[in-house]
Amino acid sequence: MTFSRGFHGRRRDDVDPARVPPGQYVTEDFPVLSAGPTPHAPLESWSFSIRGAVDEERSWGWDELRALPPETVTVDIHCVTKWSKLDTSWTGVSLDTLLDGIDTSAEYALAFSDGGYTTNLPLGDLKDGKAWVAYEYGGEPLDPEHGGPARLLVPHLYFWKSAKWVRGIELRADDEPGFWEGYGYHNYGDPWKEQRYAGD
Amino acid sequence: MERTAVRGRLTWRHARVVELIDETAGVRSIVLDPPDWPGHQAGQHVDVRLTAEDGYQAQRSYSIASAPEDEHLVLTVERLEDGEVSPYLVGELRVGDELELRGPIGGYFVWDVPLGGPLLLVGGGSGVVPLRAILFHRAALRSTVPVRLLYSARTLADVIYREELIGVEADHQGADIRITLTREQPTGWRGYTGRIDRALLEEVAWAPSERPLTYVCGPTGLVEATASALVDLGHEPSRIKTERFGPT
Amino acid sequence: MAMLDGNAIAGQLYEVFGAEMTTVAGVCAYCGARHQLGEQYVYLRGPGTVVRCRSCQSIVAVLVEIRGCTCVDLQGLAEIDLRRA
Repeated sequence: MTFSRGFHGRRRDDVDPARVPPGQYVTEDFPVLSAGPTPHAPLESWSFSIRGAVDEERSWGWDELRALPPETVTVDIHCVTKWSKLDTSWTGVSLDTLLDGIDTSAEYALAFSDGGYTTNLPLGDLKDGKAWVAYEYGGEPLDPEHGGPARLLVPHLYFWKSAKWVRGIELRADDEPGFWEGYGYHNYGDPWKEQRYAGD
Repeated sequence: MERTAVRGRLTWRHARVVELIDETAGVRSIVLDPPDWPGHQAGQHVDVRLTAEDGYQAQRSYSIASAPEDEHLVLTVERLEDGEVSPYLVGELRVGDELELRGPIGGYFVWDVPLGGPLLLVGGGSGVVPLRAILFHRAALRSTVPVRLLYSARTLADVIYREELIGVEADHQGADIRITLTREQPTGWRGYTGRIDRALLEEVAWAPSERPLTYVCGPTGLVEATASALVDLGHEPSRIKTERFGPT
Repeated sequence: MAMLDGNAIAGQLYEVFGAEMTTVAGVCAYCGARHQLGEQYVYLRGPGTVVRCRSCQSIVAVLVEIRGCTCVDLQGLAEIDLRRA
């Protein structure tokens, strides 16, 4: 392989390696990656629902979601396309708050978004302070191109699981692969085990 | 599956940089000497790949600025402020370095004399690059297909290929060159001002009844606005080809 | 904006098919519109490349590269015309 003399790229190399999962590069940017056009759902008709293996579907309109107790968290995020961004700040409602009081025997969840995107994960990975419906990034309302008005935030998994423009989660007894999972990406996606593709 | 390079298939090759030309403040042309270059069509592009010492790679596509008849392969690159590849190509690359590229690629956004005209070329910023290739290919073949170029830049200093397009000795076989400067105009400026919009297109574009072949290239906003305005004015969507430049 | 024209993946398509594919015409399975691949919308640099119909934005193709092999899903196309446009 020949090298391009003097090329380094926009990577940061001054970070604690313990914070960088295998195969990742740290960036200062916030790349915009998407599978389709940015939806523009009017807030008046926006809702987040929990449905599926529940006795009763639960739904929150925008104002109702914003009325729930928010949390602000600072987390590192890791995209399967190899960039990682450290110390990102988000504000949103914890899935623990949203799932509170919901009785279910479901073990899996399928998150769904405006535009048709889906991603699956074990229900347990949405609980215990591991996931949020985030509506602010860096103290500002979440930009539509980054998933606003609200996106799922599940930082302990590769960022394709943090569904942009999220509109709800479907609780399921069986595991249903989401969009990228169906094309061969790893069903779980732990960056620390470098679970990028099925079979990793 | 073992990958072997088959001659004739699209393979990565190394081209030596023979000259660097500063076109404007943030834009540079890279003159290359690729081995066994098969030739290209006006409007095509190449993929460029940079590899850091630790193996990290970044890849981008750049339109070919040179006409097929020109002596060397030329790429013109605009430095993007938050770019990863463009600052290297515009700021760091030196004569004598090797650049890894593959191509030429792209059969959709090409023009050749048999496709006819009249031709309308609309470009914004570095979107003028593939349009230059088309313009000078037409001139090289001494084609009489009528062509009009509408080029949008922020200031006169930002007009890429300024001398070639509107300089005193500019010779492009009777092409009608129209420039609009959006941010600042020099004293006595007799060209257009402001962004390309429906009103400007109505004035500059061929009448829809002439069924022009249109190539629009540049930032997404300009491409979208131009394509919709032309369709609004009655031009056939199938005769409007677009190439959006965007951060990737 | 993440969206570009199909021409932006000309190189990737050439690698997969061994031929220039941007002038190949396809019919959208959702709305029936016929477009050359070069004029469709592409969404790049994600876990995969998504190609959407220029007329209705439905997905016409998805390309995913995994372990050096590219999977091409063309189920969004009702028809492909391999004759050169």
